Amino acid sequence: MAWEIVIGLETHTQLSTQTKIFSGSSTRYGAQPNTQANEVDMALPGVLPVMNKGAVERAIRFGLAIGATVAPYSVFARKNYFYPDLPKNYQISQMDHPVVIGGSLSFFVGDEEKTINLTRAHLEEDAGKSMHDDFVGPHGESSTGIDLNRCGTPLLEIVTEPEMRSAAEAVAYAKTLHSLVMWLGICDGNMQEGSFRIDANVSVRPVGQKEFGTRCEIKNVNSFRFLERAIQYEVRRQIELIEDGGRVVQETRLYDSERDETRSMRSKEDAHDYRYFPDPDLPPLVIAQGWIDEVRASMPELPASLRARFVSDYGLAPVDAAQLTSSRALATYFEETVRALPAGQAKLAANWVMGEVSATLNREEKDIADCPVTAASLAALLGKILDNTISNKIARDVFAAMWLGENGGQPEAIIQAKGLTQINDAGAIEAMIDKVMADNATIVEEFRAGKVKGFNSLVGQIMKAARGKANPQQVNDLLKAKLES
Amino acid sequence: MALTEQEIARIARLARLQLSPQQLTQAQTELNDILGLIQELQAVDTTGVEPLAHPLSAMTEVHLRLREDVVTETTSLARRDALMANAPGKRDGLFLVPKVID
Amino acid sequence: MSQALYTFPSLASLRQALQTRQLSATELAQESLAEIDRTRALNAFVHVDAELTLAQARQADALLATGNAPALTGIPIAHKDVFVTQGWRSTAGSNILKNYVSPFDATVVTRLLEAGAVSLGKLNCDEFAMGSGNEHSAFGPARNPWDHQAVPGGSSGASAAAVAARLVMASTGTDTGGSVRQPAALCGVSGIKPTYGAVSRYGMIAYGSSLDQAGPIAPSAADLLELLDPMSGFDPRDSTSAEFCNGVANAPGRIRADFERAQQQYSGGTAGQPLKGLRIGVPREYFGAGLSNDVATAVESALVQFEKLGATRVDISLPRTRLSIPAYYVIAPAEASSNLSRYDGVRYGHRADQYSDLEDMSGRSRAEGFGAEVQRRILIGTYVLSHGYYDAYYLQAQRLRRMIADDFRAVLSAQCDVIMGPVTPTVAKQLGVNNDDPTADWLADIYTLSLNLAGLPGMSIPCGFGAGASGAPLPIGLQIIGNYFDEGRLLAVAHQYQQVSDWHQRIAGQK
Repeated sequence: MAWEIVIGLETHTQLSTQTKIFSGSSTRYGAQPNTQANEVDMALPGVLPVMNKGAVERAIRFGLAIGATVAPYSVFARKNYFYPDLPKNYQISQMDHPVVIGGSLSFFVGDEEKTINLTRAHLEEDAGKSMHDDFVGPHGESSTGIDLNRCGTPLLEIVTEPEMRSAAEAVAYAKTLHSLVMWLGICDGNMQEGSFRIDANVSVRPVGQKEFGTRCEIKNVNSFRFLERAIQYEVRRQIELIEDGGRVVQETRLYDSERDETRSMRSKEDAHDYRYFPDPDLPPLVIAQGWIDEVRASMPELPASLRARFVSDYGLAPVDAAQLTSSRALATYFEETVRALPAGQAKLAANWVMGEVSATLNREEKDIADCPVTAASLAALLGKILDNTISNKIARDVFAAMWLGENGGQPEAIIQAKGLTQINDAGAIEAMIDKVMADNATIVEEFRAGKVKGFNSLVGQIMKAARGKANPQQVNDLLKAKLES
Repeated sequence: MALTEQEIARIARLARLQLSPQQLTQAQTELNDILGLIQELQAVDTTGVEPLAHPLSAMTEVHLRLREDVVTETTSLARRDALMANAPGKRDGLFLVPKVID
Repeated sequence: MSQALYTFPSLASLRQALQTRQLSATELAQESLAEIDRTRALNAFVHVDAELTLAQARQADALLATGNAPALTGIPIAHKDVFVTQGWRSTAGSNILKNYVSPFDATVVTRLLEAGAVSLGKLNCDEFAMGSGNEHSAFGPARNPWDHQAVPGGSSGASAAAVAARLVMASTGTDTGGSVRQPAALCGVSGIKPTYGAVSRYGMIAYGSSLDQAGPIAPSAADLLELLDPMSGFDPRDSTSAEFCNGVANAPGRIRADFERAQQQYSGGTAGQPLKGLRIGVPREYFGAGLSNDVATAVESALVQFEKLGATRVDISLPRTRLSIPAYYVIAPAEASSNLSRYDGVRYGHRADQYSDLEDMSGRSRAEGFGAEVQRRILIGTYVLSHGYYDAYYLQAQRLRRMIADDFRAVLSAQCDVIMGPVTPTVAKQLGVNNDDPTADWLADIYTLSLNLAGLPGMSIPCGFGAGASGAPLPIGLQIIGNYFDEGRLLAVAHQYQQVSDWHQRIAGQK
């Protein structure tokens, strides 16, 4: 039996506003428990919600970025259910009339470009947090502590059509969405702090079947790695269940990263009767075309357009352009480097930014914003390769020294101080080649007899003798010439 | 359309009202009476009429007022204490509830 | 000078005495506290705190001494217990909030405090404003000063009783389906529910959010103005608060300006016919079966009086009057069921002593803390919103609501300027009647519910007496309904009537 995997993702992004969606409390992370929850957030008797303009503005920005329709008229509704981290025991959300409708997101899965359609995005409020520590309650009962600081933080819930067909696609989409919301400045993307939380709706069906299989929702996955594993586990689980003659039960599941499995949450039969109705405390949200135009005009160039420009202006492969536009800061860094170089060197710059720079940033767990090597310095370094002062390989050593700030982080100074200037003089190189050839007569003979492997060993020894500074191209050419003569 | 026992029990649970069996039975009777009173609604032909969620919108355009995104609340332990003063169970600045297992 | 409130024919005269220092706010407050204590049988107050009151009174005296005191300085008032107050408990008439003290004041409370009024405490009411007799209070029923065996009306029953007994000069109430107008009528005092959005709901413990409005209760229309004007005004903390009223900024001063403009028009009119040109719509549906004779007679006399003042009666129809009952009793409980979900024993309010888990804790706390009427409305509200029923009940009711609002709009201004009729079908019933028939009381709301559905302003003024079941004469009220934001004119119209009648000057227990 061939199975098709069907995945839809719902992502809750915490919007980067200063204040909560319905109150003027701060949204800053890490405050002492319940010090950032006022009477509105705590749902004391008599309080009322007042909408945050910044949250709406960010929703508009998102809608424009994904080519969606920003609804001129949308409605807030109450989603009624009891839970201790939800003080009103209803969540103010949007049901029938969300603020953003439709839209799509394109991304690469490996080398293949995919486009996923979005159903909608809507505004809602976040809940508080349960601290599952063993507190002792007023009657000696085992208790959970509730912190309402997070309560009321604005969320934009972004929903895709169930169009993803593999865990890899889901992860690629999630990463792209993650980059986009940070690019737009609407979400800080900090998954450890819960700013970006993914729910995956997963089902399977026999290839060719039109109807969807029963889906399960895996809730609150907060890392891309866990997302991939969770989906993979869940797919396997469902397939095995069906193949064993069972039926998939629609339910909510949690991913347990320690055991690498999903398990059913304790579900309540009534959990789905939320009794949505329009919130009488909040009139409809009206967004005038004028405001949408203002927001559009103030938006940065979007990743998709930048990607296209990198492909057309710099001749980059689409996959590389996508990687370089994964964040605005990285794209800026790249472009600044290119602009400081002579024309036609975009590929060199791309290789270095995607290669050495990104690898070092990852290793040091740093963000491009904190990169100690500026774009200008990088361009200076690359210029030293271009004018043959140093080889690409030596340049990596220089880069490492620049990172550490040696010699003021200046490539010229480092090269001088470490004596790394490339040897370009044919005569000097020939002398080294002659010496190595003389010391390795056997290999030379074998090479001339057809054992070509020896070439690399000779090159290696020559470079060693040159302490890596010989112009590699010249070494190659001159050695070859001598061997063949 | 009379309410059954199961339905009353379901509604009571949705509403987090823990009623005894006698109370549930009484609630069932009372609610069926109320349903009788509001049944009249069903017969009215309301085709083409939009629901009126916000009364003033019957006479003027009503839309949501937006507040500037500026912090107006103080963050302090004293303020927290005042806001949590009525809590039946609290510890270390947290509200306490019977442990919830997910 | 005597300090008993009933010796002052109006709030304005009391203000005069205070501002000219013939009387001190402190002495006045002390006298009110004593009177409240003497009349405990009325059970009008849930919480009295002499210290808190006298502190306000002393501050009032300090202000009065400067000669620059705001308009209500020293005037004794009290707040319905659904307005949250710092200092005094706020119970909403419920056990679930029996010991709750709010860390903030309702906007209405703040505004009246800033106007200098002195609060005598928190007034009893039907639990969470659900009821029309103040019998559904966890703290015992309040009583009608005209007959202690009769209800004072509800849900703001004690707000009306306290004024009728002159324990305070004025009080605040809330009106979701008639809960200011009806008790005012049954207690022989004046009360007004302004247009939805005119007064802030911030700090008003919510019952039916799209229906609730705060309104004052006082002896006369002129007294009501003194409270309503400072109470009113846009509040940025309430998203349903109106910023503009027919293009005029919603702020204190607006209603007074409208009142005075109308006054000028009326006093400038033909002598003895100040209301010439005013068209009074009289809905024929308000005079059908169910209306008792004495109410019909009293209302008719009032209408005749208005005609003598120069007004013209116009026969109008409000065809869906009766349908306001099912519409209201779907919408209000639905909103209430959601508004009352927050009372779960977690962050405040009653928590049960014994429970096995979280769901049990909330379930028990709510079952123990809420009274029968509240539980009933929560259940029906939950039902009409639940999956499969939402369209047939809630949406249908909201459509009917629009039709009812449209009925009013069709007649107001095209056919008439104001609408008049009864407030209640009968005088106050005896305490304990109908207690086994929960919906019997609901039918009596027929004349008042439509206004909350439509959001229109309406008031009640005394217009006569009828015979109560125990033989004591009981007050009857006349309802005056206006167009959106027409509060000022309504008060002016009522004021004209009160200048040629004295029903509003009758005081229970006084001859």
